[in-house]
Amino acid sequence: MVNLIWLALLASGIVVAGINGNIGVVTTAALSSAQRAVTIALELIGIMALWLGLLKIAEEAGLVRLLARLMRPLTTFLFPSVPKDHPVMGAILMNLSANILGLGNAATPFGLKTMQGLQSLNSKPDEASDAMCTFLALNTSCITLIPATIIGVRAAAGSQNPAEIVGTTIFATGVAMTVAILTDRLFRARFGRDHRR
Amino acid sequence: MFIELVNLVSTWAIPALLFIIPVTAYLKGVKVYETFVAGAEEGFHTAVKIIPFLVGMLVAIGVFRASGAMDLLVNLIKPVTGLLGIPPDILPLAIMRPLSGGGALAIAAEMINTYGPDSFLGRLAATAQGSTDTTFYVLTVYFGSVGIIKYRYALHLGLIADITSLMAAIFITNLVFG
Repeated sequence: MVNLIWLALLASGIVVAGINGNIGVVTTAALSSAQRAVTIALELIGIMALWLGLLKIAEEAGLVRLLARLMRPLTTFLFPSVPKDHPVMGAILMNLSANILGLGNAATPFGLKTMQGLQSLNSKPDEASDAMCTFLALNTSCITLIPATIIGVRAAAGSQNPAEIVGTTIFATGVAMTVAILTDRLFRARFGRDHRR
Repeated sequence: MFIELVNLVSTWAIPALLFIIPVTAYLKGVKVYETFVAGAEEGFHTAVKIIPFLVGMLVAIGVFRASGAMDLLVNLIKPVTGLLGIPPDILPLAIMRPLSGGGALAIAAEMINTYGPDSFLGRLAATAQGSTDTTFYVLTVYFGSVGIIKYRYALHLGLIADITSLMAAIFITNLVFG
């Protein structure tokens, strides 16, 4: 599916630009996007290093294990194929907490740490495991209590009450997250390949 | 009240973690600085590893957006989505939201400024922008970091969540502000 979408985005863009007679934008867009990808990755290095360093300290001190133990009922419900006391549970919880608080910068390093942990349990290293699919479903639909950026945009545009969309946003994302979790359960029951441990 | 509380927690979360974790670890006898450096080293490798995946995805999305193909797609699906009660003006944002976080924010900001922040469309754009994450970015970066190329049903889940959050945003904005 991702191959098809990737090809469709690229090919349809080139065909449309050709028909519209502005094929030049394709080159500009392709080159600048490629450069931007590297900028994004490089900017990530410092933040990644900071949080992964801190996470390592938390692991050594037993804090990650403690957090994982406290939230065990939730994590074993969501990730039945991951062993109950696996350290990856701590990274999952840190990632979700950072997402909920709107700390996007902190969420990514914990998310990538989670992927490493889940990969170590994965039986086919080039294919997503059931637990990875669940984790990404949670991540792309995760509740953010305060959508700070968009509140800022509304304030700048002169809104009477910039934060009034907080309630509607939490509702919409809550519905999406519930549907994502339920759909994941359905998909896993039908197409799942990893069994409960 | 609720917003102030959440803002307070968000502001304090990072300083608190930076304080509590190293202090607790030190008291437990962990060599905090050495451990930090050992953990931080991984950050570099992971960030570099995602570059090829990110280049591939951003180039395709960049070409799609700049060429005008997106506007064409909006016009093609407008009749169908109209039957579902989706306002046509929200379609560019709805299509861009899973593809590019920055691109979607630009569209949302433009809608908020054009229609006014307290108009129905302005509020709908804000709700739609804030209520989901950039599915393609998350999948590209997360799967890329561990070298996974077969996404199985993860992309379907992400897109189902995106469509659901759009429909829920339209529903709740109508209900509360309509």
